[in-house]
Parts: sequence; C-alpha cells; structure tokens
Amino acid sequence: MSLNRFIPLMIFCVLSFALYVGLNLNPSDIPSALINDSIPEFDLPVVGGEEASFSSVDLTKEEGIILVNFFASWCVPCYVEQPFLMKLKERGYKIYGISYKDKARDTNKFLSKEGNPYYKVAADEKGRVGIDWGVYGVPETYIIKDGIIRYKHAGPILEMEFEDNFMPIIESIDQ
Amino acid sequence: MIVEIGHYALILACCLSLIQGTFPLYGATKNHGRLMAIASPAAYGQFFFAAIAFGALMYAFITSDFSVANVARNSHTLKPMLYKISAVWGNHEGSILFWTLILSLYGAMVAFFGRKLPKTLHARVLAIQALVGLGFYLFLLLTSNPFARIYPFPMEGNGLNPLLQDPGLAFHPPLLYMGYVGLSVTFSFAVGALIEGRVDAAWARWVRPWTLLAWCFLTAGITLGSWWAYYELGWGGWWFWDPVENASFMPWLIATALLHSAIVVEKRDTLKSWTILLAIIAFSFSLLGTFIVRSGVLTSVHAFATDPERGVFILMFLFIVIGGSLLLFALRADKLQPGGLFAPISRESMLIVNNLLLTVGAVVVLFGTLYPLLRDALTGDKITVGPPFFNLAFGLLMIPLFLVMGLGPSAHWKRTDLKGLSSRLSFVFIASLMAAGISFYMAGGTEIMAAVWLGLGFWLLLSTLFEWANRIKLFKTGTFKRMVRQPRASLGMSLGHLGMAIVVIGIAGTSFWNSEYQGIMAVGDKASIGGYDLTFKGVDGMIGPNYTAVKATFDVSKEGTQLKPLHPQARVYLTPPMPTTEAAILSSFKGDLFVVIGEANSEKYDTWAVRLYYKPLQSWLWAGVALMVLGGLISLSDRRFRMGNVKRGGKTNVA
Amino acid sequence: MRYLLSFLLCMMMSFSAFGIGVDEKPLPEPAAEARAQELMKQLRCLVCQNQSIVDSNADLAKDLRVIVRQRIIAGDTDQQVIEFMTSRYGDWVLLKPPFDGATIILWLSPFLLLLIGFVIIYQNQKRNSENLSPDPLSKDEKARLLVLLDEKENV
Repeated sequence: MSLNRFIPLMIFCVLSFALYVGLNLNPSDIPSALINDSIPEFDLPVVGGEEASFSSVDLTKEEGIILVNFFASWCVPCYVEQPFLMKLKERGYKIYGISYKDKARDTNKFLSKEGNPYYKVAADEKGRVGIDWGVYGVPETYIIKDGIIRYKHAGPILEMEFEDNFMPIIESIDQ
Repeated sequence: MIVEIGHYALILACCLSLIQGTFPLYGATKNHGRLMAIASPAAYGQFFFAAIAFGALMYAFITSDFSVANVARNSHTLKPMLYKISAVWGNHEGSILFWTLILSLYGAMVAFFGRKLPKTLHARVLAIQALVGLGFYLFLLLTSNPFARIYPFPMEGNGLNPLLQDPGLAFHPPLLYMGYVGLSVTFSFAVGALIEGRVDAAWARWVRPWTLLAWCFLTAGITLGSWWAYYELGWGGWWFWDPVENASFMPWLIATALLHSAIVVEKRDTLKSWTILLAIIAFSFSLLGTFIVRSGVLTSVHAFATDPERGVFILMFLFIVIGGSLLLFALRADKLQPGGLFAPISRESMLIVNNLLLTVGAVVVLFGTLYPLLRDALTGDKITVGPPFFNLAFGLLMIPLFLVMGLGPSAHWKRTDLKGLSSRLSFVFIASLMAAGISFYMAGGTEIMAAVWLGLGFWLLLSTLFEWANRIKLFKTGTFKRMVRQPRASLGMSLGHLGMAIVVIGIAGTSFWNSEYQGIMAVGDKASIGGYDLTFKGVDGMIGPNYTAVKATFDVSKEGTQLKPLHPQARVYLTPPMPTTEAAILSSFKGDLFVVIGEANSEKYDTWAVRLYYKPLQSWLWAGVALMVLGGLISLSDRRFRMGNVKRGGKTNVA
Repeated sequence: MRYLLSFLLCMMMSFSAFGIGVDEKPLPEPAAEARAQELMKQLRCLVCQNQSIVDSNADLAKDLRVIVRQRIIAGDTDQQVIEFMTSRYGDWVLLKPPFDGATIILWLSPFLLLLIGFVIIYQNQKRNSENLSPDPLSKDEKARLLVLLDEKENV
C-alpha cells in the first residue's frame, strides 16, 4: 500500500475542515476599512432646517459614545429597525442620522410616521458622504467615540444584534 | 391530502433506498443471488415513490396551495404557469427533492440498462447509488421537508425573484442537475469496482456512456445558464467566475478528463486507478457544488444562518460519501493491476497531459473560489478573487491543452514518431499561424492575446478536420462509404473537438474585439457601433402579466439597409418589487448587437441612458457548444456503447 | 441562481434603484475613457456577486463609475483611484487580488500543481515500466529456451 494513495483523502479532510469553519463565517459581511480611523469629513444640510448644517465636527466634538445610522425612507428594513432605534434613544443612546439618497420631504414623512430617534439628521441626497464612509446599503450603523470609528454594522439592528455585536464593543470602550 | 401522500411517498422511497443500499451489497459479498436480485425492483420502486413525492409538490405549486410553507414562500397566484412549475426546483427544499428524484431516476436506469452486467457489479453499483440517495432522503426528511404546512396560511404567496422568471432559467437547473447527478452513476461504478477489485476494458466501456450522458447534460446546462446571464443580466458578459458558476464548471472539467481517461482504460487497459480517482472526484465536485450553492458559505447571504443544522448535516454527508470513497480508494487502488506500456510520445501520453491540464484547471478554479474563505478563516482578511485571476491563471493552462488537443487524435497508441506527426501537421500549424496573423492584422494590430486565442481556435479546427479527412481517406475511392461507416464514437469525437474549436474562436472574438457605446440619448439621436446605425425613436409604457415596463424603440440599419427595429425594456416586477433590464439583441454570424436602456432624466423624461455593445462572434460560442453536445449525443448512440452488447472478456475492435 | 441569493441579501438591506444612470457621460477623451473602463473592470460591485462595477446594474456601482470618471478628470493616477476605493471599502473591492506575500501561493498555484503533476506522472511511469518489463531469464530458463529452439529447428 503506498502512502501516495492517501493524498486525495488528506486534501479532502483539510478542505472539509475549511468548509466547516466557513459555515460560521459570513461572506457578505464586509468589514469597514475605516475601523479605528477618524471619521471622514463632511458638511451636509440638516433635514428640514434650511440653513443649519451638520458636519463631521459635530461628531468629533461629542464626548461620549455615539451611534451614526444611515437610513432612507425607500429602505424596507429601515422600517423594521426604527422601533428599536426609538428604544435605544429611550435608553439614553445619542444617535445621529444620515438619510442616504433620499428626498428631504420623504425623510420627514418617514420620521414623523415611524418616530425620530435621532439627535440630528443630515441629508446625503447624492450619497457621496455615504461612499466616503464605505456605506454599501442601508441601514448601516457606526459606533463612534472621540471622532474615531470603532465598529460598523450592516443591516438592521434589533435587540439580538445589539446585544451580540454592539454591547461588547461599547463595554470595551467604556473600560 | 395529496401533499400528505407526497410526504408519505418520500418516506417510503427513503426506506426502499435503505433496503437497496444494504441487502444487495451483502448479497454480493456472499454471492447470494436472491439478495442481489432485490436491487433492481427496489431501484424501480424508489424512483416510483420519489416521482410521486415530486409530483405532489408540483401539484401544490400548480394549485397555489399556500398552506404548504414552501409554496407560500416561493410562489404567487399571478405567476405564469411555466414559472409556477419552475418554482418547484427554484427553492432549497424543492431543488434537493429534484436532485433526489434524478438520483433515483439514474438508479432505475442503471437497473434497467445494466441487466447484462455481471450480477455482483450490478448489485454493488445499485447499492452505492441507493446509499447516496439515502443521505439525501434523510436530509430532506430531517432538515428540509418540502411538504411542511403552515397555519394560519397566507392568502397570497411571496412570489419568485423576477430575474428567475425566464424560460432560459426555468430549464437551466433540470439540465444541470441531470449532469451533476449523472456523475453519481460513474461514481457508483467506481466504488463498485473498488469493492470488486477489478477494473478492465469492459468496465470502462460500461462507464463511458454514463459519463458521456452526464457530460452532455452538464455542457448544455452550464451553457444555458451562461446564455441566460448573457441576455438577462450580463450587459454582454456571459461568464463571471462566480462561485455558483465555478461550482458547475469544476465537475465539467473533471468529467471531460474522465471521458478521455476512460478511453485509455478501454483501449489500452492502463491508467486504471487514476480513472477510478477521477470518477470519485467528478461526483465529489458535484456534491461540493451543491453544498457551495445551497449552504451559502461563499455566496452572499448566510443562507444557513437561520438553520445551521442543514449546513452541518450536508457537510457531514459530504464527509462520509467523499471521505469514505477516497479512503476505499487509498486502501484498494493497489489491487488494480497497471496495464500496457507506452512511450513518452504517444496518444496515451497526450491523453495524460490532457488529464493533467484539465485536473489542474479544476483544482485552480477550486482554490481560487475557496481562497477568500480560507483566508477569512485563517486571518480574518476579506479579499476577492475575481475574473482577472481566473482569466489569467485558467487561460494560461488552456493554451497547452488546446495545442495537445490538436495533436492527440492524430497520434498513434503506444508510440508515435514525433517527426512523422509534426511533418503531417506542420502544414496545419502554419495555416493556423497565418490565420491568426491575418486576423490580427485586420483587427488593427491590437490585442496580442486575441491573435493567440484565434490561432489556437484555428489550429484546433484545422487539425480536427485534417484528422477526420485522414481517417476517411478523403479524395480516394470509397470515401463516402468510409465516411458513413466510420464508428459514431469517432464521428462524435471529431464533432466535439470541432465544437470546442468554434467555441475558442468565439471566445477570442467576443472577449477581445468587443466595442461599446454609452451615452445619453434624446428622441431622434443616432449612434453607430459595429457597422450598425441606430436611431432612438422613443419609449412606450407597457404592462405585462406581473410587471410594468418601459419599452424603447431603436431603428436599426446596416450599410443603408433598414433592419427590424429593436425594443430593449426596463421592467419593474410587482411581486416582489424589483427592477430588471431586458436587453434587445440582434444576433448574426459576424456578431451580436446588444442594446440596453437605462434611466430617464428624472425631471423631463426626454433623455435616456443607453448602452450599446457589439460582440463579434458571440453566436459562435453558442453554436460551438451545440456542436459539442451533438457530438456527445452521436457518440452516445454508438451501437457498441449499448450496455447489452458489451461482455466481459469479449473483444470488440474499436478504432 | 446567484441572483436569487443577492435578492435574499436585498431583503436584509436595501439598495436604491437599478440601471444605467443619466449622469454617466463617458469622458470626452477616448484615452481617458479607456483608462476609466479598465479601472472599473478591476473594481468589484459591492452589492452583487463577483461582478465588476462595469457589469453591474446596481445603483452603488453606478455612483462608483461616476466617481472613477471624476477622479480621472481630477488628474488622479490609476493607483490613486484604486487607493480611493480601497481606503473606503478595503481590499475586498479589488477583483484581482494583489500579488503579495499572502497571495503568492494563489498566484503560483497553477505552476506548482503542474509541477507536482508531472513529477507524479514521471514516477508512475518509471515504476510501471520497472514492474512490467519482464525479469531477465534465469540460467534454467535460458537452458530450456535453447532446448525449445533446438526442438523447433529439428522438426
């Protein structure tokens, strides 16, 4: 019996181990390239407010942990997420909103109907700020402390996602 | 009620597969005739009950029975009938049931056509086939029941992704599955032979038609998918090296290698253990492909995230089937006696080079496909391995393959005189070099790779024709008689190689000489591409059965002659809401004109984004594949391949 | 099939509408446009499977096409455009994996595999020809052969 004949079997064992590991990974989850970088600079108008503006400086000068949420009225999962964001607001989280590729009128309608969990909402009508932030769909949510991006989550957040993905990071920053 | 009958039939089929997988296997070791005789009726019965189960699910889809969870998730009353039917295999549970149905169909076919096989081999092959089936039945019944009911049930279903609502895609999975699963027969024969410890020319001749059948279906299925991508979403692209495409391409490469190595076993009684290994690998790639597509380890969503037991189950199953057969191979392959010798320059050695290049090609595709996953698992880095890698790495491997492919059929078995071979083919080689040079010059001296590929295409084309002409001794008396009387298998080979040549020429044309125009057009604007002159005549709204669309009109003329106008569409489907583009394509021998309409100017709706493509020789690609499949079918119809005519020990001379 | 999957992804997240945009004017200078096209072919569309942004219907791909053209007008080199993208979306957007220490095994795999294959074939051939070539005749056999040949001649 020659050992050469076992080579295919050995290769296959390595392969199936890799596939087993792969089952627990998410290929569509693209991590942000900006983790531990400072937030990209921007200056956008505030939704609803004619003159006021909302810029990256507003975020950098915040002292505690803040969340930045990209959303849109045309985005179905955002409707799913909104009640939970309201809950987060009640729990005392400061959430900034950036409405992505949306008309101010539609955003306002969305906020008055679904509730407004945001401290301030910027209008990124062209979606350029979104691209600078590495947004590739909505909703996406960032954790920011001292103007540094600590974490990004793609897709809607509900209780489970928040407990599993956000809390550990928020706690580690607090310590 | 009918749905419950289907569920019950599935359980019965599962029990039958257990019986078919155990008693005949035991009977074969004890040479117990009655136990072995269970295999055939069990195989027929298993197919019968699997067909009832599948029929019941189809009934539920046709009657839109939304109390069945699967139907509610994937169908809709407004959907045209064709897509209600294709939705049966367009979802996870249904597609696995379909897989299993075809597996049992092949089992029944082996039982029927293999009646004259040696009793023990027949019983063993059917038993292995049934054991593979058993895994799938258990997978269905334990983790993916297609007949599960929901209560309360919805009044309307979720609908099917509109991109999948297309005739091309309705028939793509059945063909592909016939191919994937057809390789299970080859696999069962290989494992059966390992258990018996005997592989000979007769074995190779029994296996070849099954491999050929699977290969024909795979070829047709892959191409149908590629064709769909071309006109439905590719914007002129037809192959993206997407993990799902690769999953079907890898078994094809191995099946092609197997087809050729089985010839060596049959004619020269050598390469036996390698051929057995290829048969195992070919089906392993089928299973792996199913796993990749169904588990979502590589493709977008984490499909199993909601139901991780499915992923683990199918991986365990893969591990048992593939790992088990590879272990058997490791333990038993030495029993197979090596056969005839051959010189380094001979038809055998060229077929070995063919096998090496095809196998390395498949492994490179596998490695490239899994590399991001491996990297992610090891280091957490997310990277992409995309078309530029595959085109380069795989393309380079194909160059020597096509060179050898032109030589092989003209080489002799055992030993070939290199001088004689090269002097016979030197004229063909020079002619193809000239053809490449001329076309390179005509195209303006750009794209050196186009010339390389075109040269390869011509080399294949001419050398295949040359070998055919030599074989029938063209221009000598009795040519016609020889042409008609030549074995169909050799005719099939010539057609298959000719088809490949045409595919290569088509790929060269469409990949390197394509041109495109993108722009914003207002009504009355003109554009020219690839010798066509187009005028944008405006758009109309239209309402389809389950979509609304904007339909544009382009007047087309070529060298002053007015042709039929083209109507690309931009559709928005209603359930689920989703926009799609329907390109308009004008195909011709020389190339395809491809028109896509995009967005309108949002204020005034008077200008539209338009893309025009000209894809030279695109239709050659499809025609070449059709010729390859035709060659396969002709070869399959060869009398000598029919099961009943082959006996062990009996000699039939094959050219 | 692949679109079924990205469709499911869409249910998880939303991507704005589809199509070729009206703001996608090709660059007036053919050489610059060719550069833009070449760059777009190397960038992966984020919301679809293995497609480049040039082949994709997705809205984000459209925006990225517009950005590539703008960067080129602004005088960026190819490298700068690529860096613009990777700084936002990571190496993941590069369809062609960079040739570096970590990917060297990937890029060399075709050659390594071919080499291994040739070595295996060579060894097998050598072993087979050793096994199959008849053993040299022993003394007894030679004697018997001579006898047989003699008998034949005498007949």
